[in-house]
Amino acid sequence: MFWNEEFETLPKEALESLQLKRLQQTVAKVAASVPLYRDSFSKSGITADKITSLEHLRDLPFTVKQDMRDNYPYGLFAVSLEEIVRIHASSGTTGKPTVVGYTRKDIDSWSELMARSFVAAGAHKGDVIHNAYGYGLFTGGLGAHYGAERLGASVIPMSGGNSKKQIMIMQDFGSTVLTCTPSYSLYLAEIAAEEGIDIRSLKLKVGIFGAEPWSEQMRGEIEAVLNLKAIDIYGLSEILGPGVGIECIEAQAGLHIWEDHFIPEIIDPETCQVLPPGERGELVITTITKEGIPLIRYRTRDITRIIDEPCICGRTHRRLERMSGRSDDMMIIRGVNIFPSQIESVLFNVKGIEPHYQLIINREENLDTLEVQVEVNEQTFSDEVKGLQSLANQIRREIKDLLGVTCKVRLVVPKTLARSEGKARRVIDNRQR
Amino acid sequence: MKVQQISIFIENKTGRLAEVSRILGQRGVNIRALSLADTSDFGILRLIVDQTDLARQVLKEEGFTVSKTEVIAVEVPDRPLGLNSILEILDQAHVNVEYMYAFVERCGENAVIIFRFDNIEEAIRILTDQQIHVLAGERIYGM
Repeated sequence: MFWNEEFETLPKEALESLQLKRLQQTVAKVAASVPLYRDSFSKSGITADKITSLEHLRDLPFTVKQDMRDNYPYGLFAVSLEEIVRIHASSGTTGKPTVVGYTRKDIDSWSELMARSFVAAGAHKGDVIHNAYGYGLFTGGLGAHYGAERLGASVIPMSGGNSKKQIMIMQDFGSTVLTCTPSYSLYLAEIAAEEGIDIRSLKLKVGIFGAEPWSEQMRGEIEAVLNLKAIDIYGLSEILGPGVGIECIEAQAGLHIWEDHFIPEIIDPETCQVLPPGERGELVITTITKEGIPLIRYRTRDITRIIDEPCICGRTHRRLERMSGRSDDMMIIRGVNIFPSQIESVLFNVKGIEPHYQLIINREENLDTLEVQVEVNEQTFSDEVKGLQSLANQIRREIKDLLGVTCKVRLVVPKTLARSEGKARRVIDNRQR
Repeated sequence: MKVQQISIFIENKTGRLAEVSRILGQRGVNIRALSLADTSDFGILRLIVDQTDLARQVLKEEGFTVSKTEVIAVEVPDRPLGLNSILEILDQAHVNVEYMYAFVERCGENAVIIFRFDNIEEAIRILTDQQIHVLAGERIYGM
């Protein structure tokens, strides 16, 4: 099933020539209207007419999050505010947020891409879409909302939080599609269980989960606990919001990135060189249809690789492998690079362990220490000390085997680790204090 | 012959034991015997109470991880080598004791020891064969 079959199945050559044409237009536009690009292009002698092949993308400069901060709030907009109909901002954990503006056409494209994404995920007109992404400056809520309306589904604008009410609405309104962060879906399942409601018996058939990294093991857990198909969605506000890429329900293996709107590249985050096809590295995206804030070679910090093999669903747009972390979420512990998602995959393989965990990093006498906190539930609780110690040892050993890092495993009482209603806070790094 | 015991996962934080005893006390549950196994990180509190199911339920409601295990209560002569006589029997039969602790009350002239075994059925058979008195659960909860 397609939303826009013509574009979603465009042959590779046609797609690439469309990309080239749109890239040239974008380069010409930003060179004329965005001071950051005008200056850097003129320094390196870049003009739109020199872009005669997609290979020339490599000659263009990168854009990084700091550029957005330096040009706060509107410095990177390529149009005047009169043409901007919506402004979103991403939560700035440090300093100012990054601000993005959308023209009417941008909102239209976004709705189109989200509608495509919903259909790829198995949603249809007639579905009741329970949208528990936050509404507000965060792009998740409104992005999914507009796409759901474009699709013609019945969208319930729940936003995040108020979890008991979410369960009631899901049950009473017959929600068939759930959109939220993956960790929140498991939290909702816990709340439902506490309320004595069998979440598996609800009408939910598909969950579209994004905005935080998750693992294949977590997908298995979510599908088992909620009795639905769990689909990974990708997006970031700088580029668009949700709907940059989506898994198809046919394959559930990699996220199709909508290549008629974006050009993806994979670089080595250290050397910034483009990596050979199929290698894993940092995702860089160039927007080629955006009007409000077009970005050239934006470094997403997300770690993935491009899957070029044809997909069984028939879409010709290439796929991104599930994000395996962020280059800035990467923890360096005693010189070893570790992503929280790697620890998560270890925990999921230990029978009975809850999918909630927290990583605490300290520096004691100039040595980094990693403490992994996991919850003991009735399934894993042993009446004997040696039983619990062997559980902790097993986790420690498997982390050591996989990641080469020795950690301390602390068992904690269930529900003591914070369940976030938005993005889960997995890592507490005390070294920076 | 078996006695129901509840085991509670306790984090090594101040106030946890007080919390457990408060929760049980407020619901009218009386603790008959207890033992605490502790490591540097966590502890396991094992209790025999007069209302096992109620105790388990109220602790679970308060977010504790609780499990129910079966142990046996054995009458032990309250004199030198009294406990040893029991342990020798178990040793000769190659029955492994997981853990044990003493009951507060006496049963007549005898002390009462709580035992946890890997193979509880086997242990009961061996002890009763040797005329050792294994106390019934009802007897223990009401002592």
